[in-house]
Amino acid sequence: MTGERTLPAPAGTVEGGKPGARRGLGRLATIPPIWLVLAALLVVVVWRDPSFAEPASLLAFVKRSAPLLVLALGQLFVIVGGEFDLSVGALITACVVVAARLGDGDPGRTWWVVALLVVFGVLVGLTNGLVTTLLRVPSFITTLGSMLVLNGAVFLWTGGSVTGALADNLRVPGRSGITGLPVVGQLPYAVPIVVVVVACATLLLHHTRFGHQVLAVGGGVRAAMLSGVGVWRVRTATFVISGLSAVVAAILLAGFAGLSANAGAGYEFQAITTVVLAGAVLGGGRGGTVATVGGALTLQMLFTLLNLFGFAKPLRDSAEGLLLIAAGAYTAYRARRSS
Amino acid sequence: MPRRRTTVTAVLAALALAATGCSSTKPSGGVNPSGAASSAANSQFKFFSQADFDRQMAQRTVAAQGDPATPWLQMIQPSMVDTGKYAKANKKWHLCFSNAGTDNPWRVTGLTTMKAEVKLHPEIGDFTVVDAQSKDDKQISDLADLQTKGCDALIVSPNTTAALTPAVERACQSGLPVVVFDRGVTTNCPVSFVHPIGGYAFGATAAEFIAQKVGKGGKVLALRILPGVDVLENRWAAAKIVFDREGVNVVGVEFNNADPAKAKSIVGDYLQRFGKLDGIWLDAGFASVAATEVFEDAGKPVPPLTSEDQQNFLELWQKKKLTAIAPTYPVYQWRTAVIAATYILSGKQVPKEWILPQPVITADNLSQYIIPGMPPLFFPTCGCRNMPGFPQDWGGK
Repeated sequence: MTGERTLPAPAGTVEGGKPGARRGLGRLATIPPIWLVLAALLVVVVWRDPSFAEPASLLAFVKRSAPLLVLALGQLFVIVGGEFDLSVGALITACVVVAARLGDGDPGRTWWVVALLVVFGVLVGLTNGLVTTLLRVPSFITTLGSMLVLNGAVFLWTGGSVTGALADNLRVPGRSGITGLPVVGQLPYAVPIVVVVVACATLLLHHTRFGHQVLAVGGGVRAAMLSGVGVWRVRTATFVISGLSAVVAAILLAGFAGLSANAGAGYEFQAITTVVLAGAVLGGGRGGTVATVGGALTLQMLFTLLNLFGFAKPLRDSAEGLLLIAAGAYTAYRARRSS
Repeated sequence: MPRRRTTVTAVLAALALAATGCSSTKPSGGVNPSGAASSAANSQFKFFSQADFDRQMAQRTVAAQGDPATPWLQMIQPSMVDTGKYAKANKKWHLCFSNAGTDNPWRVTGLTTMKAEVKLHPEIGDFTVVDAQSKDDKQISDLADLQTKGCDALIVSPNTTAALTPAVERACQSGLPVVVFDRGVTTNCPVSFVHPIGGYAFGATAAEFIAQKVGKGGKVLALRILPGVDVLENRWAAAKIVFDREGVNVVGVEFNNADPAKAKSIVGDYLQRFGKLDGIWLDAGFASVAATEVFEDAGKPVPPLTSEDQQNFLELWQKKKLTAIAPTYPVYQWRTAVIAATYILSGKQVPKEWILPQPVITADNLSQYIIPGMPPLFFPTCGCRNMPGFPQDWGGK
């Protein structure tokens, strides 16, 4: 999955190191460090629990990482464009609660419920984007605000207690898979979904005009503006992408985990941590989709590891925080070296 | 570009702070069963008291005084105290309640039930509720505030034991009659402490069921919510004693941190590793549905497992004919707390420790606990079925 290095890296992506001096051991430095961290974590996990290395276990691992992965890819667009989206966790919760309440466990309603969620996600993203770009409210504030609004609205609407149920067919993508396969046994639907999402995100960010515009806007608003990029349109679009990714993540998560009144709690920070781990610069202009996949898997692997060692939740939070700071420091160090 | 770097570092630091800070407001501490979270130390022995264990084991079989049709009025081995000095006959009462939080469905059902109970008492003129949002410091200042609000009696559901004990003591010293319920405090000053039998009884009942079903050497996974919460630690301590005594092979003890996705991952990993699990012991009903789904998804029969009186699990249990047991931490204690306060204000005797019966849901009485049309995270031990406003006020239809 390190194929990203073979892609023609646009200026300023995560691979932007100095050319030359890549011989022998130096070659190792060309692998995005996130994959080395992931490999190291994987080794420790397998050492603790050898059955983890079996194909079925690894696929199950991808399945459970799928919501975070999709969400982080959406967040990547926003961060590369130079903004933040803190509202995605609350949006996930809202989607799960809305799907349960309106769907009420009836498979016949699933299609319009999904359509409604997509519209809802687009609307939330659009609002975040327009408030940030046209009203010039910093995205940190905008999306923090919409996070509170969504959480409050969900609580008001439900009275704190979730009603309804999730239809079985709505849960299929996150929960079930193609069974009876040789070697792996079951291929969770979440795996092909993730592959498609990663492919789309890669194409969009690294191989389209829009993607280059996002990178340009994140790299420097003024320069982008002078070269004719519609900054507000590009940034608003990144928020819409993030909103849509939250809807997909919500459907995957609802499928995997079932109904919960705080399904998406904490996911916004996990998504941002993932993107930082993957080496994107907060403030915009850099970031790669495949590295983000590595970031999501690494974070999830870290959680698996901490759980294997029986560490409690507070420690897991602290570990996530430390990892975030370390990743940020490393990215800053590299930026310093290459500038 | 040094300026940019500084900004990035600052933003990162802020994010890291937020990431760690904000997560602590997640429901971890307030997970359904409630429990006085003391420190995060997870030594089982720190939370174990042989005397309490023995007492709770015995109380499971003691017949409670009072009418079994109204278990929220029943008492186990009460030792009554006089409350004449608190009686306030000639005025409408102002009742105040300092709530630890409403961050989980058990507490939501509880608060709804409590408000309905207050409406049953015309003598209560005002009912003030302050929500501490699961924060010790908020509840400490809430308690101080309430002392200036002209309350006639104060009900407290403490967030954590150690942190709230001094604040409750100060409230007692102000002369207000105090009723503590759910989680406890380590002071005798409240007039009455309302609680069901306790965590040891819960954990032991569940473990005895599993041990009986899986037999000696059966492979059991213990799925816990989080370490360091005394009620939850007590449940596990009692289960451990039972499992050791019965020779059950506990293949793993894991924490799901109140995250159903995490719970599913853990059970899935164990199923993968061992190929088969004979039973699952859970310290709360929260993750039981998720655990059941792992086996359904893998096309395997669901092994015997334990839960709690959460509506969606009870419905699943009935529908799929699962082998299960659900000890409860009854929600009706929220009613009892109000009733205790009204007794005190009318000068009626109350038990110093009002120990409520702790029903156990089994395959035999399951149907009595399923109320059709209630929301999935409703707790039917609310004792609220005949209250005005049921079922709409509880989200049912």
